[in-house]
Amino acid sequence: MEHIRSVTRPPHTEGDTGEIATSLNDTQFYHHQKRIALRNCGFINPESIDEYIGVDGYTALSRILTEQTPPQEIIDAIKASGLRGRGGAGFATGMKWQFTADAVSDDGVKYVCCNADEGDPGAFMDRSVLEGDPFSVLEAMTIAAYAVDSHQGYIYIRAEYPIAVKRLQIAITQAKEYGLLGQNILNSGFDFELELRLGAGAFVCGEETALLVSIEGKRGEPRPRPPFPAVKGLFARPTLLNNVETYANITWILNNGADEFAAIGTEKSKGTKVFALGGKIVNTGLVEIPMGTTLRTIIEDIGGGIPNGKKFKAAQTGGPSGGCIPADLIDTPIDYDSLTAIGSMMGSGGLIVMDEDNCMVDIAKFFLEFIIDESCGKCAPCRIGTKRLHELLCKITDGNGTMEDLDTIVELCYHLKSSSLCALGQSAPNPVLSTLTRFRSEYEAHVLEKRCPAGVCKNLLHYEILADKCKGCTLCARNCPADAISGTVKGLHTIDQEKCIKCGVCMDHCKFDAVVRH
Amino acid sequence: METKQINLKIDHIPVAVPEGTTVLEAARSAGIKIPTLCYLKDLNEIGACRICVVEVKGARSLMASCVYPVSEGMEVFTNTEAVRKSRRLTLELILSNHRMECLTCSRSGSCELQQLALEFGVDTVRYYTGRPQPQPETSTLHLVRDNSKCVLCRRCAAACRKTQEVGVIGPNDRGFQTHIGSAFDRDLNEVDCVSCGQCVVACPTGALTVKDDTQQVWAALADPTKHVVVGAAPSVRVQLGECFGMPVGTNVEGKMLTALRRLGFDKVFDVNHAADMTIMEEGTEFLHRLQEGGTLPLITSCSPGWVRYCEQHHPDMLSHVSTCKSPQQMFGSLVKSYYAEQAGIDPKDIFVVSIMPCTAKKYEVKREEQRMANGCMPVDVSLTTQELARMITAAGLMFTQLPDGEVDPMLGMASGAGVIFGATGGVMEAALRTVVEVVTNGEMKPLEFKQVRGMQGVKEASFELPGKTVRVCVASGLANAKQVLDGVKSGALQYDFIEFMGCPGGCVNGGGQPVQSAEIRSFTDVRGLRAAALYSQDQRMTYRKSHENPYVQKIYSDYLEKPGSHKAHALLHCTYAPQKKYRV
Repeated sequence: MEHIRSVTRPPHTEGDTGEIATSLNDTQFYHHQKRIALRNCGFINPESIDEYIGVDGYTALSRILTEQTPPQEIIDAIKASGLRGRGGAGFATGMKWQFTADAVSDDGVKYVCCNADEGDPGAFMDRSVLEGDPFSVLEAMTIAAYAVDSHQGYIYIRAEYPIAVKRLQIAITQAKEYGLLGQNILNSGFDFELELRLGAGAFVCGEETALLVSIEGKRGEPRPRPPFPAVKGLFARPTLLNNVETYANITWILNNGADEFAAIGTEKSKGTKVFALGGKIVNTGLVEIPMGTTLRTIIEDIGGGIPNGKKFKAAQTGGPSGGCIPADLIDTPIDYDSLTAIGSMMGSGGLIVMDEDNCMVDIAKFFLEFIIDESCGKCAPCRIGTKRLHELLCKITDGNGTMEDLDTIVELCYHLKSSSLCALGQSAPNPVLSTLTRFRSEYEAHVLEKRCPAGVCKNLLHYEILADKCKGCTLCARNCPADAISGTVKGLHTIDQEKCIKCGVCMDHCKFDAVVRH
Repeated sequence: METKQINLKIDHIPVAVPEGTTVLEAARSAGIKIPTLCYLKDLNEIGACRICVVEVKGARSLMASCVYPVSEGMEVFTNTEAVRKSRRLTLELILSNHRMECLTCSRSGSCELQQLALEFGVDTVRYYTGRPQPQPETSTLHLVRDNSKCVLCRRCAAACRKTQEVGVIGPNDRGFQTHIGSAFDRDLNEVDCVSCGQCVVACPTGALTVKDDTQQVWAALADPTKHVVVGAAPSVRVQLGECFGMPVGTNVEGKMLTALRRLGFDKVFDVNHAADMTIMEEGTEFLHRLQEGGTLPLITSCSPGWVRYCEQHHPDMLSHVSTCKSPQQMFGSLVKSYYAEQAGIDPKDIFVVSIMPCTAKKYEVKREEQRMANGCMPVDVSLTTQELARMITAAGLMFTQLPDGEVDPMLGMASGAGVIFGATGGVMEAALRTVVEVVTNGEMKPLEFKQVRGMQGVKEASFELPGKTVRVCVASGLANAKQVLDGVKSGALQYDFIEFMGCPGGCVNGGGQPVQSAEIRSFTDVRGLRAAALYSQDQRMTYRKSHENPYVQKIYSDYLEKPGSHKAHALLHCTYAPQKKYRV
């Protein structure tokens, strides 16, 4: 009896029904999910190779090496699965493997790399795979190396993920001890050495060519393509670079069959995708759902809806490179092409939910601030254009915008899309363009009425004390950091708009709801 | 192996070019000039400025033609509405971040950004332009860096890193904060910059300019107590004409001498003569080392950029460097000793000006080991070709119409050997003309050593002489010098005599040369044309060997006794010492 403890925390109940969920899989949160990339996360000890092997880890690699499966067969399987790059670009993985396999290296050296730089703010899909199931990435990379004829690999991981780094190092050590990595793997004669390379705090190093340049020890700036990395990449050799989540799908595909994978999802977007659900939503966290699941299912079922009874306004996918899906498009299926068609993009999986209290202009400005901090500075359109775009948006949120500015913004956005050197600059305008297209009236309110409908943009806010509610208790005046409130005890207090810094402290302190904001 | 021909269409025009050609070059072959800003052939091909964008059928976005390789059946459009609009907008963005001081900027008229604005017809910049401007970097003797005019084309960093492998400048910070600077934003004179000026040569705008020292010269010329003497380097006479619209490689020696005379210099000598003196001294030094088993290979020392590079980066090779002063410094030393005595003027009242194609000379004139026994510095001011052109213009001289003038022969008459110093291989050839004759006691009197001519970065040759094979190497550009030095140190390369020039191609391509646009530099052999003019002049001259120059013989018979004499050593030689790379 000693191993039975009494439960002091109430069990999880489902929303409206109040029913107690008996199985994790039956909860609203997990019911719609299908965990492939995240299959082992939370179930096995990530620092134990034995536990990984215990859940059929390394079956795919050992079968391939024992049977000496022809590399083309492996590539064909990945092609047949329909797997597309999970880093955001959505390029057909099988085709990428094919290009790299076909490429001729002058000295026979080819590289297999993993993009673990995960830079999108709020995204932690790759982190979870690396922290929870690092061996799956190692195994997948080894298989990829076998398929494209490479013997050296690098995992480029952002330094801000120390736990993931540690676990990868442990995994690499253990895999080598077991003869599953390094020289003569499983006595097959196949060698594959794998090393870690740490990033140094640059979002742009998540871009394919910039990542490779960074591994070369140079300033992490993208290079023009062609030549493509598959032909001429790291150290000018053919290089395969895939995202962590892409690799996380590989062994599942090889163990369960390409057809099983292709049976999930839509016609052009197969399999599942991991999303980092965040923002104004009841259930936040990582969700892995079959492609084609609608946004409505994600928000209302999996996410549990918008908290505090607020109205759903928009969802942002793809982070600083993506666009907003407004409420009237809530039935949009989530897959690569559907999202691109409505002016957004899949991105790496960030999904931020917004409600009526979010200002879309402010959201666009937020993502742009991230971009101008992270632009590498090599090409003129992105280096200067994103800054000028931000200045224009600030002009608008400060209350100095003109209708002409909106036209200039649109022109600048399309310019960045067409003329920037890399995808960072080409996709930087997406948040601005999509919010401007879908929520134009909100922008116009800022410009024409000098008003922020959501009540977010500080400079457009106006705090006022209502005469019929003010009791003259002086609490607001005593707490105002700008000395902007005047009034006598028991008398009506007024806010000096010139001095007011819009901090809202008065509103927080007033016990009589006499301070309002518009 | 034959290179495959690729067939494509540019603006509907069928074009056939070898595989590997970029769209930019393919367009040129069809008579289409796509505008560029960051492009410098073989040096900076990075597709960064996005000015050269074109539409490529089937491509997702506009492509930078300077790096986009041609492919079979490709269809390119260089002049659509979308392309023109994109180039304009990019230019507007660059201009919005550029301090527009065109009226008073020294690059007005030769600035590549200004040229693009004119070509694109940009008359307004619609974006916010007010921003704090960085202070100019003026810590060195030879250049001014004004980042408020920088377009971040990266050409300067490419020159410093690729051509010179010195790498003291590059982009710092990122995004909008990106700016060109040295490590940790230290001053340029705190790091191991060698003053070669190749970065200035590469810059398309007024961000990098040579420091202007003309005021000092005007002041000296106006000072009645000063006896102002001038001498120009070999290269200047084949560069100066370009500042007045003349074709690259025009020899304007006669007009240059007249201009100098009219500017008011009391004596117009010629550094070509001092070059002959250098051959006498260095040839003697080489023969001494060759015959007495001294340190070989001997390495030339006329390039102060190379000397500084050696002192900072390869101090273990200093014993190989010739103790001879450079021609500029020998010139000044002779003026303030031999000439001063002949003319009966106190050396302290003589103000010596040199005209050089070089920026490192501005640094060389201030080096303490150059100081003479009488306390004077041999040369007071070194001006570049550009600065001389400015003085000529300011003086109202119509350069192209000037009649040919004469040099003052005492320290002005030179042999052809002195003239060719400006080209890479020129010093070597000049030395060999004398050395071979002396070593063979007059048996062999070869005149031309074509093996050491030409614009390749590294050249080598060996000469069979009775009893000895002399192996020589000529390298220009410091990356090439490093390559040769590494070989010499490891023993893989064996030479007796090496000529190193800091600037690729030699002094004709020095940091002080007239401005030429990227288009000219990319597609015209500027250095080759200027060098050819020097070799042509050499062919026309009466005396072609330094030791045959009567004005050189006279100095020895009258004053220095013989090459390598005690007096010659005191006056015309110095020693170099290791220098710290970082002075922080």
